[in-house]
Amino acid sequence: MRQTRSVEIGTGLFVLLGMSSLFFLTTQTTGGDDFKADSVYTVEARFENIGSLRERAPVTMSGVTIGRVTDVAFDPAALEAVVKFVIDAKYDQIPDDSDASILTSGILGSQYIGLQAGGSDLYLEDGSEILFTQSAIVLENLIGKFLVNAGSDEE
Amino acid sequence: MNKVVQEIYDNATEFVRTFGAFQLFFMRLLQHSPALLFGRPSVVIRQVYNAGAMSLVIVMVCGLFVGAVLALQAYSNMSRFNAEDWTGVAAAFALVKELGPVMTAILFAGRAGTSLTSEIGLMKATDQLSAMEMMAVNPLRRVLVPRFLGGVISMPLLAGIFSAVGMFGAHIVGVELFQVDVGSFWQQIQLTVEIADVREGIIKSIVFGFAASLIAVWEGYNAIPTAEGVGRATTRTVVITAITILVFDFMITAALI
Repeated sequence: MRQTRSVEIGTGLFVLLGMSSLFFLTTQTTGGDDFKADSVYTVEARFENIGSLRERAPVTMSGVTIGRVTDVAFDPAALEAVVKFVIDAKYDQIPDDSDASILTSGILGSQYIGLQAGGSDLYLEDGSEILFTQSAIVLENLIGKFLVNAGSDEE
Repeated sequence: MNKVVQEIYDNATEFVRTFGAFQLFFMRLLQHSPALLFGRPSVVIRQVYNAGAMSLVIVMVCGLFVGAVLALQAYSNMSRFNAEDWTGVAAAFALVKELGPVMTAILFAGRAGTSLTSEIGLMKATDQLSAMEMMAVNPLRRVLVPRFLGGVISMPLLAGIFSAVGMFGAHIVGVELFQVDVGSFWQQIQLTVEIADVREGIIKSIVFGFAASLIAVWEGYNAIPTAEGVGRATTRTVVITAITILVFDFMITAALI
């Protein structure tokens, strides 16, 4: 009987340890989904070039994540990228002339949308569109411009 | 000339026959599994203890050092690009997706698989299995299925422990030894590793658990009942399991990417 007991305790410890390890792996090493909101509203913005912006990319204001990109699509009529993102409903006082730009965290980091507050008295609401946008900076274009400038200086 | 053709034909037929018998064996094990798992769980728990709890030490020690060496390698490469913060990410991806399940399965084959094979092989060599049949006890149900289930249940848990302990090892090397900032170390991991990556690791460890346990039990059950035969079966368990797991690993990764 004693032996059965120790076997049971050993097995119990093993299974608990295994379960807690799996729990640790699923909760502590993943996620990063630091955006959780009870209710959200959807806003749309059109960009000439979105770089490598993806779904689930964060939307930030003053560096704080307030929303998340939900949909990235291409509008064949306007030849522009249409980005839909949700913003936490508790941030409902964002001026509707705020501008959205696609930024990069660090030099090689992932891309996100940064909102810069405008001065309007009207606020963004569900379905509204941000008019002032700034495309992602594509490194190749930047280098291209730099080379053109450098060339023109010499002449 | 005719003799050679005949031999090749015989060998090919024998290979196909073994493969088919293996599948049927797997089906029979599965068929008996639910009844045993719910009918006599204590027998299964005993085998979870033998296969899982007894493998804890080797799995945890290996996990710690594998995690540590991954962080060491990642750090020395990342530091060339001033990207030391990504040390943890490199170690986490390697552990959770690949090394955790694969290394655990190979260690499992070496630690638990061999003992299953030799135990069953010796039972066969000393006619214990035949004795059971004489007493109208189905050895498949009483001996093989509990050991198979014990391995199947233990493997995912062991792989989880391996990865978690490995992350701890990576933390020791990255944060304590190389002074990577602890906040950015873990934040980068949390931002980059996704639930799908962990899921991939768990799927792999479940598949490997089935493969490793099945091969160990099969080899034991089909061992030639002599001292030499049991020894050979034990060796085959490790060799076949290692090959199977690495091939499966490639296929699962290719399918999930």
